[in-house]
Amino acid sequence: MAATDRVYLRDAPAKLLPAPVASTGVLGWVRANLFSSPVNIAITIICVAAIVWIVPSLLRFFIFDAVWSGADREACLPSEQHPEPGACWAFVRVWSSYFVYGFYPISERWRVDLFFVLLALGIAWLAWLGAPRRDLGAIYFFIALPILSYILLSGVPMIGLPDVPTSLWGGILVTIVVATVGIVASLPLGILLALGRRSAMPAVRLASITFIEFVRGVPLITVLFMASVMLPLFVPDRFAPDKLVRALIGVALFASAYMAEVVRGGLLSIPRGQYEAAQALGLSYWRMMVLVILPQALRVTLPNIVNTFIGLFKDTTLVFIVGIFDFLRTIEAARGDPHWATPVTSVTGYAFAAVFYFVCCYGMSRYARNVEARLARTHRR
Amino acid sequence: MSKMLQFPVRSKQQWTNIALQAALVVVVGGLIYAAAVNAANNLAKAGIASGFRFWDNTAGFDISQTLISYSSSTSTFGRAFWVGLLNTLLVASLGVVLATALGFTIGIARLSRNWLVSHLAGGYVELIRNVPLLLQILFWYNAVLKSLPDLRGSIAIPGGAFLNNRGLFLPQPLFGANFPYVAGALVLGIVATLVLRIWGRRRQERTGQPPRTLYYAFGLIVLLPLVVFFAAGAPLSFSFPEVARFNIRGGTEILPEFAALLVALTIYTAAFIAEVVRAGILAVAPGQTEAAQALGLRSGGTLRLVVVPQAMRVIVPPLTSQYLNLTKNSSLAVAIGYPDLVQVFAGSVLNITGQAVEVIAITMAVYLFLSLVTSFLMNLYGRRVAIAER
Repeated sequence: MAATDRVYLRDAPAKLLPAPVASTGVLGWVRANLFSSPVNIAITIICVAAIVWIVPSLLRFFIFDAVWSGADREACLPSEQHPEPGACWAFVRVWSSYFVYGFYPISERWRVDLFFVLLALGIAWLAWLGAPRRDLGAIYFFIALPILSYILLSGVPMIGLPDVPTSLWGGILVTIVVATVGIVASLPLGILLALGRRSAMPAVRLASITFIEFVRGVPLITVLFMASVMLPLFVPDRFAPDKLVRALIGVALFASAYMAEVVRGGLLSIPRGQYEAAQALGLSYWRMMVLVILPQALRVTLPNIVNTFIGLFKDTTLVFIVGIFDFLRTIEAARGDPHWATPVTSVTGYAFAAVFYFVCCYGMSRYARNVEARLARTHRR
Repeated sequence: MSKMLQFPVRSKQQWTNIALQAALVVVVGGLIYAAAVNAANNLAKAGIASGFRFWDNTAGFDISQTLISYSSSTSTFGRAFWVGLLNTLLVASLGVVLATALGFTIGIARLSRNWLVSHLAGGYVELIRNVPLLLQILFWYNAVLKSLPDLRGSIAIPGGAFLNNRGLFLPQPLFGANFPYVAGALVLGIVATLVLRIWGRRRQERTGQPPRTLYYAFGLIVLLPLVVFFAAGAPLSFSFPEVARFNIRGGTEILPEFAALLVALTIYTAAFIAEVVRAGILAVAPGQTEAAQALGLRSGGTLRLVVVPQAMRVIVPPLTSQYLNLTKNSSLAVAIGYPDLVQVFAGSVLNITGQAVEVIAITMAVYLFLSLVTSFLMNLYGRRVAIAER
């Protein structure tokens, strides 16, 4: 038999296949993620063009061409050396202590610093899930800290801390105070309202639902207007609370309605068996809630609580409208200073404020996401 | 013993509950009563009238943007209320439309397979959501719109519009006497298209022939009104704005306050809507897409017939609450002086009349009404999709 009859026998080497398309490494990643189809290539090119167009001019404005020091507006106006001056950071530097403390007397500002430290301690204690004695942390944050802060910030002349009227408070101090009072008041109130909404007692349930739905249905501005205009009418003259306290009451009531819904979501996620087991053990309503249900519900809903708090933190800017000198209002006030009137002052001020709020809110949302991931891990186990 | 089981007496616990509730009612009622008495005293001392009689008094203040006729010398506070409410509804409805468009775009972009697109969209969402809305409104108003060139340096926009720090000036359409015919033709075209679509779908169910309504729709909605428009003698002209020495003549003006508020609300709410959309699309199990592909649907059909209807069920409830948030957030107009309900009514009217209780109560009632209506509609929708789910 001749070899040519066996057609299936190869008599020449097979052709070389082309090298496989890289699906790993930098090139493969770029191919899969940026240039997978003609449409994708076009979109990528548009995006790159947009980035190349925007990012360098932003960097130039905020960093390379920015004015970092100077005594007044002259430094930030166009000049020989600076034909196109960027952001006027000198303005922020000069006004920075006003942005932090407002008109708080300079000799007493250590009290504000101490308040910030005490607050940071409390937040760290509560936020770090592995911290020792977090129950003590809760007592510290929700009971000791408010009293200490009040003594520190407002002053008690008897122990050598002169009175500082709230009209002198301002800037980041006020923003932090409003936000802290919001969370310290809204969490317990919110828990009570959430329990009230799920209560078996019709009068309690009706009162809770009315309050929650009413507050959630109206804008915060109107609640603040109500607190600042109507509250003084509702109490006898001599008890009329001062401006900041009125705004604090408004914010606290507003935040507690939202917190109530978040806590209710947590309560709903607890299986019935937990309630039944607690009742079978003979626990009273409050013991069941405090020892069994709430610890689980609050843990599950912690990310949502933090998210609500982010909303609250952003909403603190609204006290601006009822005439409180919060951080944003101090920016507005400084922006109007004729010594610093330049075309870039407003943008610089707003950019500074935006960075502050972004860092705070983004930090909190990262934390919420971490807790969420951690909870998901423990649930899977 | 058995008698006691048949007629259960109230237990100690139940009596405690009743006592607790009675105490709550007494305390809340007492607080309200005390507040009312104090308010009456304080108002009497300040010489402020009470009741709603101010509604028909002459307002006497100007409003910069009025959708209905209003004059400071003859119009009443009641009229001012309606002007403010309409301004709120105007900015809210435009904001809802624009924020939905932008939000859906960004939400879908976040899910793009293109790394650059998804990360740009993600960066947008993170940046916008973490900066307070009020700051954004002030930024757009003070840093962007108010720093535009003044009247003499007005930027001319192709098409006959002008932009300066007093606002955006657009050509104003002037409708001729025959214009109602054109509008009528447009409405007719839309109705006819809808009827055609229903008929086409019925036919598809009966015979399996897919409807081809696109060309008919184009003819009915675009061509028919156009034909009528020219047949009626083109009853439409424009008044173009012109830069004069001290002001801009002709045209129609869009206030910078309105523009800043609308831009800020749109950008801010779009970031939240993007998250809602992303979550909704991710909530559709990947098996649904695979099953649709296995049935032979193309990618367009998969999206339109399988993914979107299921995603919408998840998207719509939080989307509505974003719409409500936008409406409530439009009250921040007061910070830049856009004459919305809060600025006009809880601002000017309250300052002039001093009747805080009535004015704030009316303002709150309006927002409360809007949110109650929305949540009522939401419940209806929820019930509908719940039945579909089975």
